[in-house]
Amino acid sequence: MAGLLPLTLTDAVVRRNGKTLMGPVSLTLGGEGITIIIGPNGSGKTTLLRAMHGLERLSGGAADWALPAHEANIRQAYVFQSPIVLRRTVLANLRFPLDLLGTPRSVANAAAVAWAQRIGLGRALDTQAARLSGGERQKLALARALIREPEVLFLDEPSANLDGRSTREIEALLQQCQAAGTRIIMATHDMGQARRLAADAIFMLSGHIHEKGPAEAFFGASRTPELIAFLNGDIVE
Amino acid sequence: MNDILAGLAAALRLIVTLDAELVEISLRSLQVSLTALLIASTIAIPFGTLLAVQRFRFRRSVIAVLNALMGLPPVVVGLIVYLMLSRSGPFGVLGLLFTPTAMIIAQVIIISPLIASITHQAMRELWAEYHDLLISLHATKRQRIATLIWDGRRNLLTAALAGFGRAIGEVGAIMIVGGNIDHATRVLTTAIALETGKGDFALALGLGFVLIALALLINLGIHALSGTEREGRW
Repeated sequence: MAGLLPLTLTDAVVRRNGKTLMGPVSLTLGGEGITIIIGPNGSGKTTLLRAMHGLERLSGGAADWALPAHEANIRQAYVFQSPIVLRRTVLANLRFPLDLLGTPRSVANAAAVAWAQRIGLGRALDTQAARLSGGERQKLALARALIREPEVLFLDEPSANLDGRSTREIEALLQQCQAAGTRIIMATHDMGQARRLAADAIFMLSGHIHEKGPAEAFFGASRTPELIAFLNGDIVE
Repeated sequence: MNDILAGLAAALRLIVTLDAELVEISLRSLQVSLTALLIASTIAIPFGTLLAVQRFRFRRSVIAVLNALMGLPPVVVGLIVYLMLSRSGPFGVLGLLFTPTAMIIAQVIIISPLIASITHQAMRELWAEYHDLLISLHATKRQRIATLIWDGRRNLLTAALAGFGRAIGEVGAIMIVGGNIDHATRVLTTAIALETGKGDFALALGLGFVLIALALLINLGIHALSGTEREGRW
């Protein structure tokens, strides 16, 4: 099976209502592991993720996968900052991406049940998803994103608003996926999480990639004063 | 006050004795309005949802027109349907004038904009909620609409019930295209108009109470079936 990566952004720009939200950004993502995107609010982390996933129309430049667009689309998944749950049961939520692909019902159900057990919702299959707690919803959204076994997974601050235990469960799940070969690209505000997970990292500042590199150099020997300040917990704008 | 009491008594008498004529026109009322509701919902619900999901050039204008059409005067609809179906009209050969089918056609025209408009309002909110997920999962347009209709079905019930309420209580259009013919096109509302005209207020009121009871029963029945008020469904 031909791979989805590398993803190449060439001078990608996102403009909305005459305001440039991001770019121009040029970037090549290949290989494996977890790429962490950090940066202050409004620096374009979410826009960058959405542009890579194709949710945000580019005003200029291009984002190209190694595969044609229609094939690339179903081999990637996205977990939103505030989890979107369908007004259905947990089981129906988990099964939904497979239903859209026309997977036979029994197969989809089996996969959904397996994932529900994996995220600790095995007993809540028939619960309306809207009744779940914040942590459970986020785990549900993550499992739903993973049920198509994507090659690339985007996450936008998946553990914002979650307590330590839920965060740890999500991180464990991400590391399992990563070990199984899923390429993960994730924005986070949690510097501890960034250090724990990153194989390499990107620092966004006012819509541009300010600094990037492998985790060790990125966190240990940052070159730009802004990143050093940001990692120290100073306010960078 | 006496008239109202007499009306209640007449209604009771009609119901208890299962008056044959009452049963006949009540069933015809239900048949006409439920058929109109079914046809209108089949057209208007997907259309209203499509308006929420699809961006196109004249979308705003279409929505504005749709909202304006909600206030379509039934008498005028009746008149136009009459002209279309009359012998000299374009569909005269079908011989539909003064049949229940003509009444259904008129009611479909009256309630479709109402159902489509309420559907659009409800689906717009749900679409805002689901938009990113459905795009991310690469759902086709058909799948997006199907997902919204399925997950928003409780809101659509409100739309359908509003449409039913307007249809079953409507008199202007069906009077014109149906003709209020005994044993053929007489329904509750046209019968009420007739009895009032004749000065038989007790019978008119009796029929009125039956009409209200029918509308209430249908509403309660549909709610019970769909479990709208059941706790813990969302």
